Amino acid sequence: MGYTIAEKILLAHTDLKFIKPGEFIEARVDLALGNDITAPIAIEEFKKAGFTRVFDKNKVVLVPDHFAPAKDLRSANQCKILADFAKEQKIKNYFEVGCMGVEHALLPEVGLTIPGDLIIGADSHTCTYGALGCYSTGIGSTDLARAYVDGKIWLKVPPSVKFVYKGKLSKWVGGKDLILYTIGKIGVDGAIYKAMEFSGPVIRSLGMDDRLAMSNMAIEAGGRAGIIEPDEITKKFVAQFKRKGKFYKSDNDAVYEKIYDWDVSGLEPQVACPHLPSNVKGVSVLKDIKLDQVVIGSCTNGRLTDLRIAAKILKGKKIKFGLKLIVIPATQKIYSDCVKEGLAEIFVKAGGVFETPSCGPCLGGHMGILADGEAALATTNRNFLGRMGSPKSFVYLSNPAVAAASAITGKITHPDKV
Amino acid sequence: MIIKGKVHKFGEDINTDDIISAKYLVSTDAKELGSHCMESISPDFAKKVQTGDIIVAGRNFGCGSSREHAPLAVKGCGVRAVVAKSFAAIFFRNAINIGLPFLESPETDNINDGDILEIDLGSGIIKNLTQGKVYKTEPFPRFLQDIVEDGGLMNYIKEKDKHNV
Repeated sequence: MGYTIAEKILLAHTDLKFIKPGEFIEARVDLALGNDITAPIAIEEFKKAGFTRVFDKNKVVLVPDHFAPAKDLRSANQCKILADFAKEQKIKNYFEVGCMGVEHALLPEVGLTIPGDLIIGADSHTCTYGALGCYSTGIGSTDLARAYVDGKIWLKVPPSVKFVYKGKLSKWVGGKDLILYTIGKIGVDGAIYKAMEFSGPVIRSLGMDDRLAMSNMAIEAGGRAGIIEPDEITKKFVAQFKRKGKFYKSDNDAVYEKIYDWDVSGLEPQVACPHLPSNVKGVSVLKDIKLDQVVIGSCTNGRLTDLRIAAKILKGKKIKFGLKLIVIPATQKIYSDCVKEGLAEIFVKAGGVFETPSCGPCLGGHMGILADGEAALATTNRNFLGRMGSPKSFVYLSNPAVAAASAITGKITHPDKV
Repeated sequence: MIIKGKVHKFGEDINTDDIISAKYLVSTDAKELGSHCMESISPDFAKKVQTGDIIVAGRNFGCGSSREHAPLAVKGCGVRAVVAKSFAAIFFRNAINIGLPFLESPETDNINDGDILEIDLGSGIIKNLTQGKVYKTEPFPRFLQDIVEDGGLMNYIKEKDKHNV
């Protein structure tokens, strides 16, 4: 019996000869990530248990990105815990404001996530690196504290579920739409405890930024991982880095708990309506949904490809009077590229703001909190009740093209209409 | 270990933003987090809940973020166990790792707000004392029981040799 990519990567990180879904394993991790919300608890637990040295200072990554640049005194103190721990432990992969980016955009950009790696992160969207053929998964702070001790994690080997996408994608439709469509079909617990594997000719044709957006949201269906088999596009992406990694493929006789086979030809841009990422509709179905704010950014869609698409639509146009357009490049490099390519100027001239990298409003942190009764369209990943601020606000999720078009009209709009 | 308490009933897909809003993630203190538990969906919950009470919910409890603040808030407000149809995977492991007892049961639709439950964690048996009914659930696998019995993952790691992992 063959193995899926997920099973192969997990097996390679144990001393076992075989593994099977449902089995509890202890696996060695290649990277252990924490941020300014989750790492403080991990550091506290690590110290409280009497440990003094992390297992490998090169495999620990600390990114203060959620409430950074510090939004208030308490956030500043949390960020400082990371800075102090990095200094004490000589952790070089600590990203202070100025090098900092939204963690799941930053790590692939700097070559810390390489095909075949087993990566854990105390952040649910750690599943993003599945786009590169990693097994990466979100864990909690205590898991992270334990990994600091011995570089290991307890895992239950998940059964794999395969999603095959066929057909030809319409204009303005990309990775974000495919994952929203998927979550809409299977629900927010449709892949609970499962490793999702995205495959088929449509996936092969997606660029890396679209793949990262897809894998990023595997957790929104409850998935432990969202893996894409590495290929030529992956090879090209990692060519710039020293480590090349290991390109695993699922065996022909690998066992999947379920296989979904979808023809996505003619699929229109997808929008998740309040208050669940599974409440998905085609953009043209949504008539007259008035917006107070549009957010373009995040670990899902704050990459250069996303901002180029948004800028293309906004070029020479003005956003609707009274609407707030907030554009947040996910990393310093993306920020700098936006300035170089003139995208930043397009956003500002259109009437938007161009902010420093941060998770910012995505989780209701800062830099764009919603008031009572306000509605926002965001390229982010979650629209739970109160996610972006007031429990009386409304969050819709879409791709960057729909977000940009909607900023111009002030209501949810198909990009073809502007 | 026997847990006996009053039920606070919640629905399906109770997410981590419902359990503890991100604006409170500037704290790591379970008591402080607990005082805001479920605030957006049930503003009086933290005031009403008594130490020893039990949360009962539908499918996919704890979906969303990896924030360990969510099970910490549940524990911090006095809740001693959660019973749900299913748990999101990260919440599941966080609850194990911090020693918050929970059980999966398909019977949660039959349990009402205010019912008194008696839960035997060792056998996985839930008694509904109000309705005079008994629900059987799967006890945890041995590996997870060891973590819970050691008082959480960090203690388990310190005691690892005895488990022969």
